[in-house]
Amino acid sequence: MSRFRNLLLAATGVAALGAIPVATQAQQTQRPQAQSQAQAMQPAAKKTGLGRIAHPDEVKAWDTDVRPDGHGLPPGSGSVKAGEELYQTQCAACHGEFGESAGRWPMLAGGAGSLNREQPEKTIGSFWPYASTAFDYIKRAMPYGNSRSLSDDEVYAITAYVLFLNDLVKEDFTLSKENFLTVKLPNQGTFYDDDRETTERSFWKKEPCMKNCKAEPAKITGRARMLDVTPDSKTGPKVD
Amino acid sequence: MTSKFDDSAQRSRRAFLRGAAATGATAALATKAAAQAAAPGKPDPLITDIQDWNRTLGPGVDAAPYGKPSPFEKHVVRRNVPWLTADAISSINFTPLHELDGVITPNGVCFERHHSGVAEIDPTKHRLMINGLVDKPLIFTMDDLKRMPGRINRPYFLECAANGGMEWRGAQLNGCQFTHGMIHNVWYTGIPLKTLLDEAGVKASGKWIMPEGADSAAMTRSIPIEKAMQDCIVAWGMNGEALRAEQGYPLRIVVPGWEGNMWVKWLRRIEVGDQPWHHREETSKYTDLLADGRSRRFTWIMDAKSVVTNPSPQAPLRHKGPNVLTGLAWSGRGSIRRVDVSVDGGRNWQTARIDGPVSPLSLTRFYIDFDWDGRELLIQSRAMDNTGYVQPTKDELRKVRGTNSIYHNNGIQTWLVRGNGETENVEIS
Ligand code: HEC
Repeated sequence: MSRFRNLLLAATGVAALGAIPVATQAQQTQRPQAQSQAQAMQPAAKKTGLGRIAHPDEVKAWDTDVRPDGHGLPPGSGSVKAGEELYQTQCAACHGEFGESAGRWPMLAGGAGSLNREQPEKTIGSFWPYASTAFDYIKRAMPYGNSRSLSDDEVYAITAYVLFLNDLVKEDFTLSKENFLTVKLPNQGTFYDDDRETTERSFWKKEPCMKNCKAEPAKITGRARMLDVTPDSKTGPKVD
Repeated sequence: MTSKFDDSAQRSRRAFLRGAAATGATAALATKAAAQAAAPGKPDPLITDIQDWNRTLGPGVDAAPYGKPSPFEKHVVRRNVPWLTADAISSINFTPLHELDGVITPNGVCFERHHSGVAEIDPTKHRLMINGLVDKPLIFTMDDLKRMPGRINRPYFLECAANGGMEWRGAQLNGCQFTHGMIHNVWYTGIPLKTLLDEAGVKASGKWIMPEGADSAAMTRSIPIEKAMQDCIVAWGMNGEALRAEQGYPLRIVVPGWEGNMWVKWLRRIEVGDQPWHHREETSKYTDLLADGRSRRFTWIMDAKSVVTNPSPQAPLRHKGPNVLTGLAWSGRGSIRRVDVSVDGGRNWQTARIDGPVSPLSLTRFYIDFDWDGRELLIQSRAMDNTGYVQPTKDELRKVRGTNSIYHNNGIQTWLVRGNGETENVEIS
């Protein structure tokens, strides 16, 4: 009995608190029925005051991102020489002594001139548009399994060494916040914004073909079976 | 629009067959007299004998406080392709599309892609920061977010841009789980990202946002502010319960219609800036290398696509006579207007029946009910969205893009069904 009374009390308490929301709900039912999902979301109401102001040290702790224009680069520097030692102890086991990859981990160097070949090799030197991306990524996510363990000077040094492995800087080079923008990656100019809506215009067809769309019966030109790399082995089905 | 679907739904199985039969031997799906088989000589012991489950008691309530599928469904699981990646920590597995129906993906089989494994985060220790070009940099706890006004629920597909990426050079993997399974479709619960951005006050110079993950990969992507304000969600729920850990518990960003990599999991920070960041996931990865060696970048939208999930290599035909062909269609540009199906390798097409919700940027389910006489079939499906975009053939795509682009392979899939029902992933002329 007493448990029920408590429940009832709690329920009435909630009802009292709920007086205002109930009124709002009533208003809402007078509005046109549920907005369609395609419709943009409603403009936000007045500020809620929820959340709190971030402390500058909190922002500093998480906001480590770096952009191609150098925005976000921390103070510091590191030489190719210092980077070699760090790289060989902390990175080479996966990425290879020369960035060529040990096994199936990503390659970090090489592949120049391979992008229009049948087996392109996309590395920092051959493919990446900006050196800032390497600095940012190594700092946020490497070494794999021990992220955020490198000091800023160490990240400069390792980035310098990876650039050296790609023949983009000399052996005696020291990379720093000050000279960072002097490093240009060779493939930068070959990226362009999504142009599917113009170059693939033909995929917008009013009426796709429905009948007699091909002169000849379709012929099989390739089978997964031939290069069967499917994980499960399959037994033929039984048809009744 | 609905009535259009209804019209096509009313076309009978026979009409479909007539269309197919008109096209010659390879396309024909013959009809069979619609009569039941005669009673067997001996009765079925499953009926005449008393089975264990007819007699004994089963487990009571609470035997499984959080229920699981029947043990007879234990084959309905995500699977991976171990040779694809160097290890399982930075890897991907695939949704078993051929075992599912309707449009909603159950939480436990939504494909996974992690770059540093599944982060385990106590929600009371999770924080979301909004910083950069805002009037006030803010910190939110999960409790704060759940007190925000304007909570919404939306169903959206999430497709990895690399879905089908292994198939650019030709048919490779025998199973729609592997060729198309980097997709799932769930209901998200959360608040519009706009609410949070408005709370912080985006400065006039703020043109881009960058969500960042709390896992040790600290995933980042650049998203234009228009998209952020239009329909992105900061979500904590999927299909009515909390996000699964592998889907970013306790918080992820939802970027409807755009490639899955942008839907940063374990979301801990959103920075507002005046330029894109050109980070690793939008330069080294998720750019589309074309045949001439140049690359498209910022190819965010997932174009219209479809696949027949049954029959498919993992779900062969097992019976002649009546069968149900089904599949999924979706578009990152809007909603699915129509799905056509061919059984003769694209010479002739029939509009499929759509059932269930046709919701923008969400999976749409289609069916063709047909009779099979045991002839070889070359099955294809072709989606069309409400912008008029028609799913291209693989050859049409290759003509524009070559075979090195990895991402955004939305070409038409062909399944060969042999006379014994066995179904194979093939390419055709
Ligand atoms: C235990 C193996 C391992 C170690 C050690 C390691 N990495 Fe990695 N690295 C990886 C994996 C795995 C990835 C891909 C992660 C993913 O899937 O997002 C990667 C990705 C990278 C990339 C991006 C490659 C690309 O093409 O996108 C760079 C750059 C990189 N690592 C640099 C480093 C540096 C520098 C170190 C040493 C400080 C290091 N890594 C240590 C495993 C490792």
